[in-house]
Amino acid sequence: MYKVGFVPDIDASFLALPRQELAAAALQRARDLGATFAEFRLERIRSESIALRDSVLESATDDEDLGLAVRVIHDGTWGFAAGVALTTDEAVSLAEQAVNIAQVSRPINAETIELADEPVYDDVTWLSSYEIDPFSVPRAEKVALLTDYSDRLLGADGVAHVSVHVATIHECKYYANTAGTSYTQQRVRIGPDITAHAVAEDRFDSMSSTAPPAGRGWEYMTGTGWNWDEELAQIPGWLAEKMAAPSVEAGTYDVVIDPSNLWLTIHESIGHATELDRALGYEANYAGTSFATLDQLGALKYGSPVMHVTGDRTAEHGLSTVGYDDEGVAGQQWDLVKDGVLVGYQVDRRMAKKNEDVLGTPRSNGCAYADSSGHIPIQRMANVSLQPAADGPSTEELIGRVRNGIYIVGDKSWSIDMQRYNFQFTGQRFYKITDGKLDGQLRDVAYQATTTDFWGSMEAVGGPQTYVLGGALNCGKAEPSQSGAVSHGCPSALFRGVRILNTTQEAGR
Amino acid sequence: MTGIQLTPQDTIERGLALAADGGADGCVVLVAETSSTNLRWANNTLTTNGAMRGSSVTVIATVGAGEGTAAGVVGRSSVTDDSLQEIVSAAIATARAAAPAEDARPLVDGTASADWDLEPEETSVGVYEKFAPSLGESLKRAGLERRRLYGFANHEVATLYVGSSTGLRLRQALPRGYVSSTGKNADLSHSAWVGTATRDFTDVDALALDAELTRRLGWATRTVSVDAGRHPTILPPAAVADLMTYLFWQLDGRDAFEGRTVFSRPGGGTRIGDTLSSQPVTLHSDPALAGLEAFAFAVARSSGGSSSVFDNGLTLAATDWIRGGKLENLMTSRYTADLIGAPAATPDIENYVISVDGATGSTDDLVAGLGNGLLLTCLWYIRMVDPQTLLLTGLTRDGVYLVENGEVTGAVNNFRFNESPVDLLARFTTAGATVPSFSREWGDYFSRTATPPLLIPDFNMSSVSQAS
Repeated sequence: MYKVGFVPDIDASFLALPRQELAAAALQRARDLGATFAEFRLERIRSESIALRDSVLESATDDEDLGLAVRVIHDGTWGFAAGVALTTDEAVSLAEQAVNIAQVSRPINAETIELADEPVYDDVTWLSSYEIDPFSVPRAEKVALLTDYSDRLLGADGVAHVSVHVATIHECKYYANTAGTSYTQQRVRIGPDITAHAVAEDRFDSMSSTAPPAGRGWEYMTGTGWNWDEELAQIPGWLAEKMAAPSVEAGTYDVVIDPSNLWLTIHESIGHATELDRALGYEANYAGTSFATLDQLGALKYGSPVMHVTGDRTAEHGLSTVGYDDEGVAGQQWDLVKDGVLVGYQVDRRMAKKNEDVLGTPRSNGCAYADSSGHIPIQRMANVSLQPAADGPSTEELIGRVRNGIYIVGDKSWSIDMQRYNFQFTGQRFYKITDGKLDGQLRDVAYQATTTDFWGSMEAVGGPQTYVLGGALNCGKAEPSQSGAVSHGCPSALFRGVRILNTTQEAGR
Repeated sequence: MTGIQLTPQDTIERGLALAADGGADGCVVLVAETSSTNLRWANNTLTTNGAMRGSSVTVIATVGAGEGTAAGVVGRSSVTDDSLQEIVSAAIATARAAAPAEDARPLVDGTASADWDLEPEETSVGVYEKFAPSLGESLKRAGLERRRLYGFANHEVATLYVGSSTGLRLRQALPRGYVSSTGKNADLSHSAWVGTATRDFTDVDALALDAELTRRLGWATRTVSVDAGRHPTILPPAAVADLMTYLFWQLDGRDAFEGRTVFSRPGGGTRIGDTLSSQPVTLHSDPALAGLEAFAFAVARSSGGSSSVFDNGLTLAATDWIRGGKLENLMTSRYTADLIGAPAATPDIENYVISVDGATGSTDDLVAGLGNGLLLTCLWYIRMVDPQTLLLTGLTRDGVYLVENGEVTGAVNNFRFNESPVDLLARFTTAGATVPSFSREWGDYFSRTATPPLLIPDFNMSSVSQAS
C-alpha cells in the first residue's frame, strides 16, 4: 500500500519528531503493566482558515494541534489517555494513565474486548494524492486569489454581499502497536465555501458554489478538479433567477437529483445507517442508531435493484481515504448495498471480531478514526458511494424521462432522524421540469422522505459521465464529539414520487 | 519538537517580549489549558472512556499598515520555549503581509486578575468518585430489569490566560460537566432520555436519572399513533434550549444589518426595537450568572460578525438581547457596533437565560393544565431551512407522550417538525418557571442555559418519523 506520486514526501519537520522513541517507551510501559494490546499515536494537524467578507479579509488563522495518545486493552477493558508533551516521561505517564483508566472501568465493563486480526505492516509510509501543499503557498497569494474570486461576484448585478471561506488541513500521523505495525501517514484536504447573497426589499437569498471539499491541495483552488471560472461566471445569474423564481407548489413530484445534492442524502441515509456501531446501539445516546440492524444483513431491501453502494477508504482524493486506519488496518473497498439489498457494514476491529460470524469475515474493513491525538478512535465513515450504471444515461437523458418534476442541484439544509428513516433536504437550485425539459427555477423547495421508500423509488442512475465525488469536512459523531471528513461519489439519479414541501408554507406564512 | 514546557504565565510574558523585540506594535497572547475526563456506556456496559489534556497558545500580533493596523494570528498546541519564537515570528510576519484590518481598534487596556499567578486547574477520573458507583449499580439494575442504558458523562476544566502588550493579565478557570443518558426497553421499541449539566458531579445521582428513565419508559406501556399536523405541544426546558440556542446564535449584528437574517429589517437596518412577542419574554446573558458562570472577558482567536481579535480581554457585561418581548441588542464587536450604529459593543457571552415575567410552575404543572396534546422530551438534528423566518427543521427524539385531561396517558410516534423559534416566542400561550436546562442537540458544547417549559398551541409536526 505504499503510494508513490508527484507529491512531496512526509513533512520533514514531522519526521524530525522522536516518534519511534516515544512509541517504544509508551508501548513497553503498557506491556510491563500487563496490557494485552497497546497502540500509540503521534499526530500533528495543521489547519488554516481564511475568510473574506465582501472581498475584505475578515479573518485568517493558522493553527497546529500536536499531541500523543496511548490506548490499551488491560484485563479485557479499554483505557485511553492523551497528552501534549513530546517526552518519553509523558509517553510513559500516558501508558500508566491508560492502564489506570482501564482498571477503574473494569468493574462496570461487561464485555471482554477482543480485536480482529490484521497483518502487520512494519514501518510503512503513505501519502494522500495532492500537488501543492496549501501551507507552502504564501498567505498573501491565497488571499489575492480569493479576493479575485470574491470581486468577480461582488461586481455582478444583484449581488449585495459575498462570503468566501477556505479551510485547509495538513494531517501527519505516526501509529505503532504492540503487534508490530507502525506507519507514518500524511493527508491533505481542502474545503472551499463561496456564497453570493442578494437582498431585496421583501426577501433575501443566496447562491453557493457546489465545489465539494476534496482530498486535494491548493491546486484545487486554481482550477485542478474544479472549473472556478465557469462557475463563478454563472452564480450571479443563478442567484438573480432564484430571487425572481415562483414559489413551488407542494406535492408529489418525480425528481432528478444532481450529485452535488445527492451526496449528502447518501451520507445521511446510507453512510450513517450502515455504520455497525450505530446498528449495535453504541451511538444510541448521541448520533443515534440505525434501522438497518445486523439481523437484516443480506435481507433488508434498502432500495431499488439499480442501487449499488460501496464503502471504501481508497478513492483518490477521497476525504476518508487512508493508507491505514487508526487501528493499523489497511484501506479497503467493499459492498454495502448490492442490487438494492443490504450486504455490508462499516466496522472497526472490535466489532469485526465480535460479529465475525454474522459479517462473514474475520477482518475489519478499516473504519477506525480519531479526529486528533486527544480523542479515542471510534468507527467512522468510509467514503460511501453510489455506483453509476455502466453505459448509463446522462443527466439530460434522466431529465428527459420526467414529464412534471424537479431537478435539484447543490446542497444546503439537511436533517434526518435518530434511526435514519425520516429525512428532509433543501438545495441551492431547483429547476422545474416540464415535458422532459428544464423550465426555470423554483424557490422554497424541500424534499422529505423515508430512507427505504426514497431509495426504493430510484428508477435509474446516471452513467459514469455524471459521477462526482462530493463530501463534507465536518461530520460529527461520538461523545466527546469528533469531526470527520468523508467523501461520497454518485451519479445523477431519477426518483419517482417524492414529497416536495413549500418551506414558506411550512413556516405558516 | 523539543524544549522546555513553559507555564502559561511564562509563555505569555516571553511571547509578549518576543513580539516587542520582533517589532510588533501590539500583541495579545492567549493560553488555554484544558483537562477532561469522560465515561461512555452502551448496552449496559462501558464502551470508551479516557482522560485528556490539552494546551494551546494563540499569538495575535498587530503592526501598522498604511493608515491602519493589520493583525496576524497563529495558534499552536504543545508549545515549548524553543517553539514560541517561531510562533511569534510567524504572527508578526503574517501581520506584516496583511492589509489593514477593518476591525482594528486599540487593544484593550490592561487589568490584572487577582489569581493570575495560579496554575491551571485540572480534573481527573476522581471527579466520578460518587457518580461511577451509582452508574455501575444502575447498569446492573437495568440489565436485571431488561432495560438497556446508553450514555455519556463528561467533565472538563478550561483555564484561560490572556496577556497583552497593553497590560492585560487575565485568568479564569471554568469547570463544566454534563451527563446524558438514554434508556430503551427490552425490544428497543421505545426510548427515553434525561440530561443535566453539572459543575462537579457531586449533584448528579445516576440512580435518580435511571429512575426518571424508568418512569418515562413506563409511560410507553401504552402506545398511540398520532398523525402529523399542528398539535398543542409542551416543550420542556431541554427542548426549549434546543430551539432557542439556535435563535441565540442568530443574534449576529452585522449579518442582521446586512439584510441576511430574521433580525434584518426589510428595506435596511436591523429589527432592534421590534416587538417579537406580546409576552413579557426576556433573553439575557451574564457571565456572572450563578451556576452558569461563563468567561467574563471576550476571547477571540479570529474575527467575525460579533467578535474581533482586537477585542480580546474586553469585559463582558450583562446583556438583555430580548426584553419584555422586544429585541434590544444584537451581538457585536467594537467594530461592528460602530458599523451598525449600536451605542456599545455587545459581544457573545457563553450563556443565556430565557424567562417570562410572572411565569411559575414546572413541566408537570403545564401537563396538568393541558386538556389534550403532546409532551416532548427533546429535539434533534436541528438545521436551518430558511434564514428569512429562521425556519428550523428537526426531529422529536426519545419520548413523545400523549397528554389527555392533564395526564400523560401513553407514548406516541416521533415527528419531523418545521418551526421557527422566533415565531414560537410570539405564539406560546403558557410558560413555566425558568430552570437550568441541558439541550440535547447543543448541550455538549453549549450547556450553560436556563429556560422555561413552554406550551405551543399549534406546533408544526410536518410528518411522522418511524424512528423509535
